[in-house]
Amino acid sequence: MIRWEFCCASSPAAHVFRPLKASERLTRPLKLFLQQNLINIDLLPQFLFILFSPVSAVFRDRDELRMNVNQQPHMASPYGQPQPGYQGYPQPGYGGGHVPSGYPAQYAPYNGPGSAYQQGPPQGMRGPPTSGAPPVSGAQSYSQFGQGETQNGPPPMGAPPQRPPVSQTYTPGAVNLSGPQPPFSQQFGAPPVSMQQMTNQMASMQVGSTAPSPAGPGYAPPSVSQAAMSAPYTPAAPPSFPPTSAAPSQPPPTEAVARPPPQSYYGAPPPAQQPFPNAVPPFSSTGPTQPQAPPPVSPQSFPQAPPVSQPPFSTAQVPPGPTQSYGGPLPPTQPSFSRPLLPTSQPSTFPAGPPPTSTPSQLPGVMQPQPPVSQPSPYHSGPHPTSTGFPPQVGAPPRPPFAGMQGPPMAPQGPPLASQGPPMVQANHVPPTQPGMPPGPISASMSGPPPQPGMQGYPPQQNGAFGQVRGPQPGYTGPYPGQPNYGAPPAAPAPAPPATKRLDPDSVPSPQASDMPPVQKTRHRIDPDAIPSPIQVIEDDKANKGSEPFTTGVRGQAPPLVTTKFQVKDQGNASPRYIRCTAYNMPCNSDMAKQSQVPLAAVIKPLAPLPPDETPPYLVDHGESGPIRCNRCKAYMCPYMQFIEGGRRFQCGFCSCVTEVPPHYFQHLDHTGKRVDCYDRPELSMGSYEFMATVDYCKNNKIPQPPAFIFLIDVSYNAVKNGMVGIVCQELKTLLDYLPRENPDVESNIRVGFVTYNKVLHFYNVKASLAQPQMMVVSDVADMFVPLLDGFLVNVSESRVVIESLLDQIPEMFADTRETETVFGPVIQAGLEALKAADCAGKLFVFHSSLPIAEAPGKLKNREDKKLVGTDKEKSLFQPQVSFYNTLAKECVVQGCCVDLFLFPNQYVDVATLGVVPTSTGGSIYKYTYFQASSDQERFLNDLRRDVQKPMGFDAVMRVRTSTGIRATDFFGSFYMSNTTDVELAGLDCDKTVTVEFRHDDKLSEETGALMQCAVLYTSCSGQRRLRIHNMAVNCCSQLADLYRNCETDTVINFFAKYAYRSVLSSPIKNVRDSLVNQCAQILACYRKNCASPSSAGQLILPECMKLLPVYLNCVLKSDVLQPGADISLDDRAYLRQLVSTMDVSESHVFFYPRLLPLQKLDVESISVPVAVRDSEERLSRGGVYLLENGLNIFLWVGVNAQQELLQNIFGTPAFGQIDPNMTSLPALDNPFSKRLREIIESVRAQRSRYMKLMVVKQEDKLELIFKHFLVEDKSNNGGASYVDFLCHMHKEIRQLLS
Amino acid sequence: MATYQEFIQQNEDRDGVRCSWNLWPSSRLEATRLVVPVSCLYTPLKERPDLPPVQYEPVLCSRANCKAVLNPLCQVDFRAKIWACNFCFQRNSFPPSYAGISEVNQPAELMPQFSTIEYIVQRGPPTPLIFLYVVDTCLEEEDLQALKESLQMSLSLLPPNALVGLITFGRMIQIHELSCEGIAKSYVFRGTKELTPKQIQEMLGLMKPATSGQQGKPLAPHDAAAASCIFLQPVQAVDMNLTDLLGELQRDPWPVPQGKRPLRSTGIALSIAIGLLEGTFPNTGARVMLFTGGPPTQGPGMVVGDELKTPIRSWHDIQKDNARHLKKATKYYEALANRAAVNGHSVDIYACALDQTGLLEMKCLSNLTGGHIVMGDSFNTSLFKQTFQRVFSKDYNGEFRMAFGGTLEVKTSRELKISGVIGPCVSLNTKGPCVSDNEMGVGGTCQWKICSLTPATTLAMYFEVVNQHNAPVPQGGRGAVQFVTQYQHSNTQRRIRVTTIARNWADAQSQIQHIESSFDQEASAVLMARLGVFRAESEEGPDVLRWLDRQLIRLFMFHLRRSPFLQVFNNSPDESSYYRHHFVRQDLTQSLIMIQPILYSYSFYGPPEPVLLDSSSILPDRILLMDTFFQLVIYHGETIAQWRKAGYQEMAEYENFKQLLQAPLDDAQEILQTRFPMPRYIDTEHGGSQARFLLSKVNPSQTHNNLYAWGQESGAPILTDDVSLQVFMDHLKKLAVSSAA
Repeated sequence: MIRWEFCCASSPAAHVFRPLKASERLTRPLKLFLQQNLINIDLLPQFLFILFSPVSAVFRDRDELRMNVNQQPHMASPYGQPQPGYQGYPQPGYGGGHVPSGYPAQYAPYNGPGSAYQQGPPQGMRGPPTSGAPPVSGAQSYSQFGQGETQNGPPPMGAPPQRPPVSQTYTPGAVNLSGPQPPFSQQFGAPPVSMQQMTNQMASMQVGSTAPSPAGPGYAPPSVSQAAMSAPYTPAAPPSFPPTSAAPSQPPPTEAVARPPPQSYYGAPPPAQQPFPNAVPPFSSTGPTQPQAPPPVSPQSFPQAPPVSQPPFSTAQVPPGPTQSYGGPLPPTQPSFSRPLLPTSQPSTFPAGPPPTSTPSQLPGVMQPQPPVSQPSPYHSGPHPTSTGFPPQVGAPPRPPFAGMQGPPMAPQGPPLASQGPPMVQANHVPPTQPGMPPGPISASMSGPPPQPGMQGYPPQQNGAFGQVRGPQPGYTGPYPGQPNYGAPPAAPAPAPPATKRLDPDSVPSPQASDMPPVQKTRHRIDPDAIPSPIQVIEDDKANKGSEPFTTGVRGQAPPLVTTKFQVKDQGNASPRYIRCTAYNMPCNSDMAKQSQVPLAAVIKPLAPLPPDETPPYLVDHGESGPIRCNRCKAYMCPYMQFIEGGRRFQCGFCSCVTEVPPHYFQHLDHTGKRVDCYDRPELSMGSYEFMATVDYCKNNKIPQPPAFIFLIDVSYNAVKNGMVGIVCQELKTLLDYLPRENPDVESNIRVGFVTYNKVLHFYNVKASLAQPQMMVVSDVADMFVPLLDGFLVNVSESRVVIESLLDQIPEMFADTRETETVFGPVIQAGLEALKAADCAGKLFVFHSSLPIAEAPGKLKNREDKKLVGTDKEKSLFQPQVSFYNTLAKECVVQGCCVDLFLFPNQYVDVATLGVVPTSTGGSIYKYTYFQASSDQERFLNDLRRDVQKPMGFDAVMRVRTSTGIRATDFFGSFYMSNTTDVELAGLDCDKTVTVEFRHDDKLSEETGALMQCAVLYTSCSGQRRLRIHNMAVNCCSQLADLYRNCETDTVINFFAKYAYRSVLSSPIKNVRDSLVNQCAQILACYRKNCASPSSAGQLILPECMKLLPVYLNCVLKSDVLQPGADISLDDRAYLRQLVSTMDVSESHVFFYPRLLPLQKLDVESISVPVAVRDSEERLSRGGVYLLENGLNIFLWVGVNAQQELLQNIFGTPAFGQIDPNMTSLPALDNPFSKRLREIIESVRAQRSRYMKLMVVKQEDKLELIFKHFLVEDKSNNGGASYVDFLCHMHKEIRQLLS
Repeated sequence: MATYQEFIQQNEDRDGVRCSWNLWPSSRLEATRLVVPVSCLYTPLKERPDLPPVQYEPVLCSRANCKAVLNPLCQVDFRAKIWACNFCFQRNSFPPSYAGISEVNQPAELMPQFSTIEYIVQRGPPTPLIFLYVVDTCLEEEDLQALKESLQMSLSLLPPNALVGLITFGRMIQIHELSCEGIAKSYVFRGTKELTPKQIQEMLGLMKPATSGQQGKPLAPHDAAAASCIFLQPVQAVDMNLTDLLGELQRDPWPVPQGKRPLRSTGIALSIAIGLLEGTFPNTGARVMLFTGGPPTQGPGMVVGDELKTPIRSWHDIQKDNARHLKKATKYYEALANRAAVNGHSVDIYACALDQTGLLEMKCLSNLTGGHIVMGDSFNTSLFKQTFQRVFSKDYNGEFRMAFGGTLEVKTSRELKISGVIGPCVSLNTKGPCVSDNEMGVGGTCQWKICSLTPATTLAMYFEVVNQHNAPVPQGGRGAVQFVTQYQHSNTQRRIRVTTIARNWADAQSQIQHIESSFDQEASAVLMARLGVFRAESEEGPDVLRWLDRQLIRLFMFHLRRSPFLQVFNNSPDESSYYRHHFVRQDLTQSLIMIQPILYSYSFYGPPEPVLLDSSSILPDRILLMDTFFQLVIYHGETIAQWRKAGYQEMAEYENFKQLLQAPLDDAQEILQTRFPMPRYIDTEHGGSQARFLLSKVNPSQTHNNLYAWGQESGAPILTDDVSLQVFMDHLKKLAVSSAA
C-alpha cells in the first residue's frame, strides 16, 4: 500500500522500483535490461490497449506486471472514472480519452528510442487484453486517471502521451472534449478507441491518468499520440457525453483547450526557448535540449509545437493548437526517452553539461524531480499568463492556457526525457547561456512570452484551464480540466527522470536515487498535469464564487472553498466561517450513509473571527428568565422554530415539541406565518447570535469573576540560556496592555499573576502597595499549593510599577542559574490552585523548556524510542506516559483553567504527555525546537502576542443539538468531555475548532432537511456569561448522487485527518492508514457504482466535488504523523497530531497541501498574489523563486539559476552564493518587488493563527531536503507515494471494491 | 571551723554545688533510710569572675572507661611525674608539657581552690552562633508591630558575626532568603504537610551537591554552610536587609472567617527551622526562637482546631482524656525536640497570648534543649520586651550569658553511682561504670547533653550509694564526684569546665548526728521538689502528691504542695508547663522562691521585714511585696491604699509616706532587673482585682471558716477550702508519729 510505484508502461520496472523487497532488487537489472533492450511481445497487446485506453490500460498494465512479478498490489489500477454520473463533470473525459491515445503513441516512440519504454507500453497493453475491453477500459482508465489524478501518472511511458491525452481528455471530459476531441481524434489514428473510452470517462468526469500513456505512444507520433489522444478523447467524449449530456459538450471544449495548450507548450518550448531565454529558463532549456537531443524525433514535434503553441495562445487556443502542441511535447518526451536509452543522445543534450549535474541532484530526490524542474519552470511561467488570462476567459481562455499547460508539461517532459536530467539542466544552463533567460522566463513569460508562459504555465494552469473549461461546463468542469492536465504531464516527467538517472550517474546525489532503479522513473507515465489539480480547483472556485457574497439563506448550499475570499451574509444559517460541513446534502437514512461512507461531520469554530466587513453576532437579551428554549430538547430560539397558533406557541425544529411562548416574547404572525418582528430579532432571522446568560447558567449559580491570566515561566538553565526568559519578560511588559477586553475604551478586567519555576516554583507578590515584588519559593512540589492570595493576581494598571520591576529582575535573578531540572505537573497545579483560590476561570501561559525529570508529580522519563516506530507499540508513544496529567486536566476543566504551552526544547520533552492538559482544556501548544533568540524571537513573540490578545471565552460548554434522525456522536478537538454530549472547554479562543461527527439514529426527511444548532456557553473576557448560538441547516437526499454533488472535500479531509490522528492513539499506524485509504476507496467506489455512468472498471471516475480527495488524502497519509521519516522526532509528531486536532478547514487545507507561490511571476503593480503552483518539484524552475507556506512555516526557495535582478531585488545581492540561508526575514529593500514580496509574506502570515518563520532555502542546499518534504505531490523521502502513484493505488483499491 | 552553713555557702560559691547531705552515709542501706537521696544541685556555668580559664587541654586519666580529669584530689608523685586517678586509681604519667611540674610549681588544676576549673580548648574551627527567628504572623496588628520592633532591636544585640535567619508562619510557612538584593525571596511551605528532614533539606536546596552526585560524597559541612547562606546570614551583613524585611512583615494575609481561629502552622514551622539547622549546622550552637501568639491550629503539632467553639484543652479535659490532639502533638514536638537536641540546637518559646498557646505540648522543645520559655499576655508588654532583651544580656566580660552545645559528664568514685539528672538536658545514653541501675530523673547514662546553658542553669543530680553495709568505707574516706562540662562559649570558644567535689563518708549508725547536721534543707527541698515535678510531669497528679506526702515533709513542702508545680487547679496546662519548666532549671535560690514565695512587709513601724506567707500578714497599714519568681506583687494595705488615693504622698509633710510607697518599688525594680524571665509585675491594693495573686499564695490561716476564731488584728480572710498550714502540720505530726511506729 504504502509505496506505490506505478509503472504503466513498464510494469516490471514498477516491480523493480519497489525498493522494499530484496528479491525485487535482484530482478531489477534484468527488468531494466528487458525494458531497455527487449520488447516483450506479450506486452504488445497491452500496449495496444494502452493506446486505446490510456488510463485504465495503464493500470491494467501495472496489474499485469504485478501479476507477473507477483506484485499484484500495484496492479490494481483502480482509478476508475467513477462517476460518469457527473454529467457536467469533466472527469470522465479526463481519464478515458487521453490515456488511451497517449499511451500508444508514446510507447511507440519510446519503443523506438528505448526498448524499455516500449516494453512498458506493451505491458500496459497486456492489461487491456486481459479485460476484453481493454481499449475501452483503458480509455476510461485514462480518463479516470486524468480525473482520478495522478495514479495514472505512474505509467511514465504512457505519461508523456498521457498528458496530452489527459489534457485532452480533460477538456473533453470537462468541456473541451467536444471541441478538441475532434481534432484529436483526427490526429490520432488510434485515438478513436481511446476516445470512446475517454468519452465514457469524460462523461464521468474522471481524470485519466492513463492518458499520459497515450502521450507516450503519441510521440513519434508525438503529434500522433496527441492527436490520438485528442482523437480518442473526442470520440470518447462524445460517447461519454451521451451518458451525460453536458459532459460531452464540455469535454470537447476542454480537449480543445487542452490540446491547444499542449501545442502551445510544445510549440512553446521552442518558442519558449527563444522567449524563455529571457523568460523561462526551464522551457528554454528544455526547448533547447529537446531540440538537441530529441532533434531527430522530437525536433520535429517541437518545431511543430512551437508554432502551434504560439498560435493557439494567441488565438484563443483552438483545438489545432493542442494537437500541435501535443505533437510538440510528445516529441520531446520521446526524445528524452530515447536519450536515456541512448547515452550519446543524452550527452548531446547534456552539453549544456552543468545542468546535468544539477538535474542529477534533482533526480536523486525523486524520479520526477527532474521532469518537474523542467516542467515547473514552464509551468510557473505558464501559470501566470494563464492565470491572468484564464479567469477572464471562461471557457476558451482557459483552454488555451490549458493547452499551454499541457504543452509545457510535454515540453518539459520532452526536455527531461531527452536529457531528462540534462534537459532540466540544460534548461538551466540554457538560461546561463542565455543569461537573461532564466530570470527572464518568469517575467518574460509573464509578459511577452505569453505563448511560452502559457506553455509553461499551462501545465500548472492546465488545471486551471481545465477549471475554466469546467467552469463553462457544469461548473464542475473547472476541476476537470485540471485533471486532464494531470494525465498528460505526468507522463513526460516520469520518463524524464528515468532517463536522467540513467544518463547521469553523477546527477544522482541522493542515495535513494541511486537505489532507485531506472525503472521507477519509467513507471511514472501518468502525466501529473492530467490528474486533478488542487490549484486548478482552487482557482476555479475563486473565479466562480469569489466575486459575489455568499448568502446563507439557502439550505444545503455548499459555500466557496476556504481558499476563496468571499463575503458572507448571514440569512439564517451560520457562516461557513463558523461551521463547515462535509456534506450539504445529507443522506436521508443510515443505509445510504453507510453505503457511501462519506463522513457526516461539521467543523465548528464557534468564536471564529470575522473580516471587518461582516457583522459580529448580535447580542440578544431575553431578560431575567433567560433565553427562550424548547421545552423538550432545550434547543435555543432560532429561525427553525415554527410559530403556530397565532404566535402563542412554537414548534421546535429539532424535536418537534410544541412550547408555549412566554408572554413577554409574544408577537403576532403575519400572513406567511412568520412573526412580525422576525427581522428585528437576530434569533429569528440569523444563523449566528449570542444570548446573555442568566445566573442559572453560571457555575454554582454565581456570577463569575473576571478571568485571570497567569504566566508561568521556566527559569532553568536551558530557558535562560536560550534567551527565552529575557524575551518573555521584556515582552510581557508591553503585552500586558493588550489583554483581551470587550470594550476598547475600558481597561481589561483580566487580572494577571506571575510564577517562575525550575525544580521549584517561585510565586510573586506584586501587590500595588509594595515597593518591590516579593518572591515566594515553593519547593514542596509534591503537594502544590498557592503560597499567597492577596497580591498574586493583580490588576495590571494598579500594579504596573511592581510588575515592571519584577519583569526587569527575573532575567537578572536567574542569569547565573545552574539548575537544569524542571517540574511540570506542579506548575499547572500551581496555576490551577491560584485560580481556585481566586474563584475564577482563566488561562495559564506556561513557558517550558525541558523534560520534567525533577522529582515531582507528573515526573517523566525519556521514553523516546525510535525503534518502536512502525511497530504496534508505536501508538504508546502518542499516549501520555503517566495518567497524572489526565487527572490534572480534568481538574483544570472543572475550574475553567485553560493551559497554553510554549515549548522551547533542545531535546525530547514528551509533547505527547505534556500536551495532555493543553489539549484537554482548549489550550494551544507552541513549540520552538532549538529556540534561539536571534532567529526565533520574532516567531515566538508574534505567537505570544496573538495568543495573549486573541478574543476568547472561558469555562465554556458546547453542545450540538440536531434534528431528530441524526445525532452528534463524536467530537474532535481540544477539549474535555465528561459525558457524551457536552464538550467542555476550559478556554475557547477564536482559533479553536471542534469537529463533530454525526450519525443517523433515524431517518431524515428531504423536506425538512437536517438541522443542527451549536450552543456555546462561555464567560467572556469581561466576566459576562453568554451563549453563542450557531444554526445550520443542510438538505437531505435520498439519491446518492445528490450527496456526492454537494459535499466538500476540504472538510472531509479535515475530518479524516482528525479522525486518523486520534486513531493513532489506539491503533497501529498501518491500520489507521489502511482504513483511511479504504474508506476513501469506498467513497469513490460507491460513487462509481451508484452515480457514475456505466463504464469500464478500469476507469477511474471521481465525483467532481471529491476529485481532490485522493491527492489530499495522500497528503494526510504522508504527513509526519502517519508516515514519519527518520528525521522527524516523536515530539514533532505528537505536536502536529495535537495541532491538527484543533485546525479549521482552511488551516488543515494549507497544512496538508501547502501553498506554493511562484514569485518570479509576481506582479508588483497588482494587489493579487501569483497563482499558486502545485506542490511538486517538477513545478519549480531553477530560475525561479518560490514562496511555500503551510501554516507553520514559510519557505523561500531560490533556484540556482534565479535571475540576478530578481535576487538583487529580493536579497540585495545578485549572487546566488551570497544569499544567507540563515536569514529569517528579508532585507527591507527599497524596490517595488521587495516591498511587494514582504507585503505578501506579511499578509500570508496574517492569515494564519501562528506566525510563520521564514526560511530561505537555496536550491541544492542541505535545507532543500526539508523543503522538499512539503512538495506533497512528489514521492517523499519517507516513502510517501507521489500523487500519481497514489492515484493509481487508489484506482486499484476502487477496482477491487467494485469487483 | 566553719559552720556547715558557711561550708555550704563556700562550696556553692566555688563549685556551684549544693548537696542534700554534706556527709554521705557510707552504705546503701543507710542512704536509703535517709529518705532524701544523696544528691546535689549543680550549676555548671556558675559565674565565676574570679576564675580565669586556662588555655590548655585538661589532662585525662588514661584508663579508657575513666578518662577523669586531673584534679586537686589526685595523688601526685612529683618526682616520678605520675599521678593517680582518684576515681579509678589508675596511675598516669604526666604529659610532656608538664615536665616542669613540682611541688612548688603546680598547675592550677592541682590547687584546691581550683576544684572548679575551666579549660579553653581547640576543637575545629570556631562556628558563629546562630539565631533563627520563627515568627508567627497571625497576631493582632499591635502585637505584631511590637514584636517586629523587638526583633529589629534584637539585631543590634546579637554578636555581629552571629548568623541570623527568619522564618515566618501563619497558614503557610516562609523561610526568608536574606542574601538577596532587590526582590525579597522566601521559600514557602504549607502548614499541613509533615515533611521529613530530608525533604525539607531538599526543598531548601541544601542537598544540591549530594543530588548532583559528585562522586556520591556526602555533603561537606562547609558546602552545606554555603548553601544555607541564603537563609542564615551574618547579622552584620544583612542588618539593614533584615530590618527592612521585618518592617515589611505583614499579618498573615489569608482571611480568617468568623468563628475561626487563624490557621497557625507552628508545628511545621518548627520542623522546618530544626530541619534547616540540622541540615546546615549540626552540632553547632544555635537557637531557634519561636514567637507565637496562639496555639498551633493546623498540621502536625496541632493543639486545637480552628473552630473557636472548640476551646483549647484544660486540665479537666486532659484528666478526662478529652484532649484530642494532646498526645499526638506532644509526641510530635518531642520528636522535634530530640532531633534538635541531638544536633545541639535549642528552642526558645516566646508565647504571648491571653489564651493558652500550647506550651503543654511544646514545652519539651525547650525542656530538652535548654531553651527558654517565656509566657506573657502580649508582645506589647514590658514583660516580653524586657525578657527578650535579657536573653541577650552580657556578663562582666561583655560576653553573652549563654552557652551552647554543652555535654555534661559525671564521674564518681566507686562507692557512688549516678542515678540520674533532672534539668534541661537529654541523655546521651553513655553507659559507664558509674551509672546506676536505679534511675531517678533522666538516668541510665553518665553523659547528658545540654544544648543551651546560662549561668543560672542548674541541674539536680541524684546519686546512689552502692557500698554494701558489710563493706565499710575506711574511716575518713571521701567520696568524689567530678562534673566535666564541655560547651561552646558565646564567643565561639570551646570550653571545658571541670568541677570535682568530695564529701566524707560517715557511718550512719555511729555518726548520725553528724550526718544530720550536714543536712542542707534548702537544697533538699529543691531536690525533692524537682523529683516531685519530674514525677508530676510524667505521672498522674494525685499520685505524685501522695508520693510526696509519704516522703520527707518539711515546712517548705507545704507550699510546694500548693505550688503551681504540683497543683494544677486554677492553672491552665500551659501555665503548669511554664512553671515547671522554670523550676527544673533555676538555681537553688530561685527555686526556693518558687516553692515558697517571699513576702516582705513595709510599714512605718520599722525597716522592711520578711513576714510569714500567711494571710495574717495582710494588714491594712502595710505594704507587702511578694516575689513568687513569676510574679512580683506589691500590695497596698487598705489604709495605705486610701492614703495613696488621697494623695498624701504628694504633700511635702508626708514625705515619709512617699518614701514608704517608694521603697517596695525600688526593691521590686532590683528584683526585676536580675530575673529571667521577667516576672509579671503587679501593683495592687486591698480589694483590687489583682490582689488575688497574693491571696492565692498566702497560707490560708484565716478563711471564711475560721475567720471569727482569730483576733481582730487578723489579716485578710481567704476564701478557700484549702487546708491551712496549721491543719497541715497537725496532720503531719500525727502522720509522723504513726509512721515512726
